[in-house]
Amino acid sequence: MRKSYKIDVDCANCADKMEQAAQKTQGIKDASVNFMTLKMTVEFEEGFDVKEVMQKVRDNCKKVEADCEIFI
Amino acid sequence: MLARIITAGFLLALLKIFDMPGIFFLIPYFIVGYDILLKALRGIKNRQVFDENFLMAAATVGALFLAFYYGGDFLEAIAVMLFYQIGELFQSVAVGRSRKNISNLMDIRPDYANIEREGKLIQVDPDEVETGTLIIIKPGEKIPIDGVIISGRSSLDTRALTGESLPRDVNAGDEVISGCVNLSGVLKIKTTREFYNSTASKILDLVENATSRKSKSEKFITRFARIYTPAVCYSALALAVIPTIFTGNFAVWLYRALTFLVISCPCALVISIPLTFFAGIGKASSEGILIKGSNFLEALSKISCVVFDKTGTLTKGVFEVSAVHPDLRNETELLHLAAHVERYSTHPVANALRKAYPNEADDCKIENVEEIAGFGVRAEVNGEEIFVGNSKLMDMINAEWHPCTKTGTIIHVAINKIYAGHVVISDVIKNNSAEAVKKLKTMNIKNIMLTGDNEETAKEAAKELGIEKYYSELLPADKVQKLEELLKNFNGVAFVGDGINDAPVLSRADVGVAMGALGSDAAIEAADVVLMDDDPLKISRAIKISRKCMNIVRQNIYFSIGVKLICLLLGALGIAGMWLAVFADVGVMVLAVLNAIRVLLR
Repeated sequence: MRKSYKIDVDCANCADKMEQAAQKTQGIKDASVNFMTLKMTVEFEEGFDVKEVMQKVRDNCKKVEADCEIFI
Repeated sequence: MLARIITAGFLLALLKIFDMPGIFFLIPYFIVGYDILLKALRGIKNRQVFDENFLMAAATVGALFLAFYYGGDFLEAIAVMLFYQIGELFQSVAVGRSRKNISNLMDIRPDYANIEREGKLIQVDPDEVETGTLIIIKPGEKIPIDGVIISGRSSLDTRALTGESLPRDVNAGDEVISGCVNLSGVLKIKTTREFYNSTASKILDLVENATSRKSKSEKFITRFARIYTPAVCYSALALAVIPTIFTGNFAVWLYRALTFLVISCPCALVISIPLTFFAGIGKASSEGILIKGSNFLEALSKISCVVFDKTGTLTKGVFEVSAVHPDLRNETELLHLAAHVERYSTHPVANALRKAYPNEADDCKIENVEEIAGFGVRAEVNGEEIFVGNSKLMDMINAEWHPCTKTGTIIHVAINKIYAGHVVISDVIKNNSAEAVKKLKTMNIKNIMLTGDNEETAKEAAKELGIEKYYSELLPADKVQKLEELLKNFNGVAFVGDGINDAPVLSRADVGVAMGALGSDAAIEAADVVLMDDDPLKISRAIKISRKCMNIVRQNIYFSIGVKLICLLLGALGIAGMWLAVFADVGVMVLAVLNAIRVLLR
């Protein structure tokens, strides 16, 4: 399943860090962050709860870039 | 932010003029940089050592340390922080601006729909409107949802969708698509789709998601940044420690190491590339060219061969009278007679004839119309016996006909059983097709045409268009096979089709371009690039935009990496100080961003 979320982050490199953090989260098949449109597109693995996974993605992103936000 | 920068700059100037002791310099330093220091602390807590904030904090704190203990320049540490913040501010303003500019280019998002409830017009969220609802569009408003006009007539501005500046006239019964602006009259529309399925929503979705498919250049620069920053940081550490052991001159080497830290910030490198792609895709969509991803923009710039499908792409795909060759009387009269005879026929040929002679319903007397199936039509027009049909009909009445030099369907006309000439009906080549082919040739791109038509028709069309190479009599499956062959022979092959039955070919090509695809979901789905109107000139335009965009991307990559490397070298040798380092960082970013925005210019 694919979903896209609005995000807030203020530098391109930080967006890249968020992308990496999201990709490493369990339950995520692939994630891509678009800095220009401020969107994160996420592809989930089968059998994971979307809400739980996104919560984890958000936590992980906050770890690498404290100033970011994902609007779940 | 701006206020903080100005205050700090002003204070700094005052302190310098009055030559105050060093400790006072901490005031402007904290004013301008406290947030960076806080973020750096948070970064340390989360073990993000290569965080920009941490790097800047480390560099400036180090410089202050040098200033206190080794009598260095206080001004420098604060100035570095100051310029860094100016750079950040500029970056966020520039990015915000271009975000806004580019989304304005695609200003098709409808905000509301008018529906009539109890005799009153009310505005509702278009998301809530169900299929089959009557909505009302006043002049100046955007059509929110696709539908059919129930009543009213108007002209529509489709510029935001197709890049076409001529308004389109619409009447009751016409289908209209969302995103167009209603210019003159009030329209009542019955919606045929839901909002999220309407053209405007789909296009917006497509454009907004376009840059998620990242190009090689984008991937390269992020990968580079991932290695670059740690590499420079470790060299900074090495630079501070190793030479000190040998020479013992700690202050000098620490200073050079701090310069490295300033140069190691990756953002200037990373920002300009996605910004350029974003601008390129935005520019293209403002001209009615939708590119589905940065990777396709990149692929488009490398196209060396464009393969055209003929019908519907280079030609209009509808039958029209393309030539009138009278033997008796003049062209108008011949058409006039032919159109009269075909008055009651519904055959495509008859439609084409009537379309070519629009004032057919005049007061001429038409009697005894007789259709001769497989041959043509016989009728009496103002007392003369007219035969209109194929060569077999002419043979039947013993009229001496002659073949035509043009290809297409030839309709012969005989007056009182004497041959009067013929009308040629064929699929007409679009006005801009030849020009489009020529443009591509000047860009060193090879043109190839594929068609299901017979050899003769294909040959003539190719000649008229100036295409050297064509393949005729191809079934849809053959087209895929031909394209596979071409893919082996050329680097970068684009296929241009109308998306109606060439979806497999579209998806097989390096870049599949669907043309005139407004409203055709299958085509939008299968293609990588969608041309909203059916102007073939847009192909060369798309390639031009992509080449310009890729040029700027390359310039930005070489320029920003180059400047950084030179500064690292100069910094290590002690020629460049922190001043130059921060200028290099901020300056490169500013120039790269300005360069990226150049894509939007003509």
